[in-house]
Amino acid sequence: MKNYSEDWEAVIGLEIHVQLSTKSKLFSGASTNFGALPNTQACNIDLALPGVLPVLNEEVLRMAIKLGKALNAEINSPTSFARKNYFYPDSPKGYQISQMDRPIVEDGYLDIETDKGAKRIGVTRAHLEEDAGKSLHDDFEGQSGIDLNRAGTPLLEIVSEPEISSSEEAVAYLKSIHSIIRYLEISDGNMAEGSMRCDANVSVRKKGDEKLGTRTETKNVNSFRFVEKAIQYEIERQIHELESGNKITQETRLYDSQANTTRPMRSKEFANDYRYFPEPDLLPINLKKEFIEEVLATMPEMPNQKRERFVSQFSLSEYDAGLLAADKDLADFFEEVTKVSNSPKLSANWIMGELSAELNNENLSIKESKVTSNKLGQLISRIEDGTISGKIAKDIFEKMWSSGKEVDAIIKDEGLEQVTDDKEIETMIDEVIANNPEQLEQYRSGKDRLFGFFVGQVMKASQGKANPKQVNDILKSKLEK
Amino acid sequence: MALSDKELKEIAYLARINVNEESLSSLKKELEDILDLFDELNEADTSEVEAMSHPLDLSQPTRKDEVTEENLREELLKNAPSVKSGLFLVPKVIDGEN
Repeated sequence: MKNYSEDWEAVIGLEIHVQLSTKSKLFSGASTNFGALPNTQACNIDLALPGVLPVLNEEVLRMAIKLGKALNAEINSPTSFARKNYFYPDSPKGYQISQMDRPIVEDGYLDIETDKGAKRIGVTRAHLEEDAGKSLHDDFEGQSGIDLNRAGTPLLEIVSEPEISSSEEAVAYLKSIHSIIRYLEISDGNMAEGSMRCDANVSVRKKGDEKLGTRTETKNVNSFRFVEKAIQYEIERQIHELESGNKITQETRLYDSQANTTRPMRSKEFANDYRYFPEPDLLPINLKKEFIEEVLATMPEMPNQKRERFVSQFSLSEYDAGLLAADKDLADFFEEVTKVSNSPKLSANWIMGELSAELNNENLSIKESKVTSNKLGQLISRIEDGTISGKIAKDIFEKMWSSGKEVDAIIKDEGLEQVTDDKEIETMIDEVIANNPEQLEQYRSGKDRLFGFFVGQVMKASQGKANPKQVNDILKSKLEK
Repeated sequence: MALSDKELKEIAYLARINVNEESLSSLKKELEDILDLFDELNEADTSEVEAMSHPLDLSQPTRKDEVTEENLREELLKNAPSVKSGLFLVPKVIDGEN
């Protein structure tokens, strides 16, 4: 598809479903564990047997209040539930209990960063609702199989204002929400397992137009990368259609990650009408001031606050601090390493350099790192105190990674202590100079860049163990003679 | 308020009620009468009245986040006309291509 002209702009709103990590369901005492055998975690209430009534899980209120605070939003009290009516076999009640008029969280915002700078995205609302079960369309003699383990699992649906203008911004917003829910520990945010799902409303219009274009909704895209690609595809498709004189149909589309395209879902005969009405089985919920205050007192430090602290406390760059603070586990690991190494900058470099490379290589999370924070801290402190050079440290790190040994044991076993004795280094330098009279001649007649050659020779002679700074200083004074 | 046959059929479809052609006109009359009652209600001035989402002036009690329900699968599956591998079986449904 060709690049579209600069005359167009995209208008994007995201609806993000976050599965809350409660032990039990939104309205029943059945377990919410992932991956259990079919229908072993579904009870009378989840199955909507006659006479059952929903009983609200208090923990979801705490979780929603925390999210509301993190999104700078209003917490509504009273907040109330509503019925959304539709028939589908994986929803036994014939309706979903959701929120309509008084969602628990309303009118917030989130500040995001992209290459183009900072931007504030409005958050319209976040409401509580129950998840549906799963339909399995494998062959059961022409029938569908229904697993209701997921039915009734609590979700928070976070709805943004249509203020996102590019696929990059959409991903930045999504990552920021992901980071927040992980920090608050209200969801594991696992997109592959469906704990975080994203629907994107996309339309395009000519720049300067007041009126919004017709929008499409792309459903259930299950990774950050696919969200970016699906939205990018949809923007380009809509512009291409409009530039070819066609119209955009308001419809729901599915993203095909293999083909990197979106295609319409089979459209229904007429639009669904969910006929919302107040949920008669649940009373409105008055959130007492003391309850809200008690919950807010448990708020952890949030990613933005942590980033600022990393800058002021550890003198990290905004960029480094932002990368570390975006992931709570990574930020915790960094602070543990720094406690041992006493060198925040070097610790940050090692974590985002060598350590991240190894983790990516073996597809491990920071929590599964084969070099613990304590051991990495020790390694870095050996660079700091001059025992080993940075270069040798990289070799040692690889040995630590594969063997699990501690840095001091490896240094001792392999005799890798850095050579910091001036006399010893001088001897090595004298030898190198004596062995390379031709290069010395050329250097002295003005070929400055041969300095690097001499440094290389000395480091080689010391098997990488000479302190590079001392080598530089001594070599310079010797060559200038 | 007048309802068209098309609207009536759509409402019946959404409620999954099978309405045959003969009962269409009598049903339409009954529904229109009900809608007229709502029109009458709408005439009342409620601009000063706060919306009531529940007739009981109480707050919803809550429960602690605890798993209290055991695995009830074998018992619950007994109620179903058709089961296999621990799943409830229903007529094949494919919504869109989901």
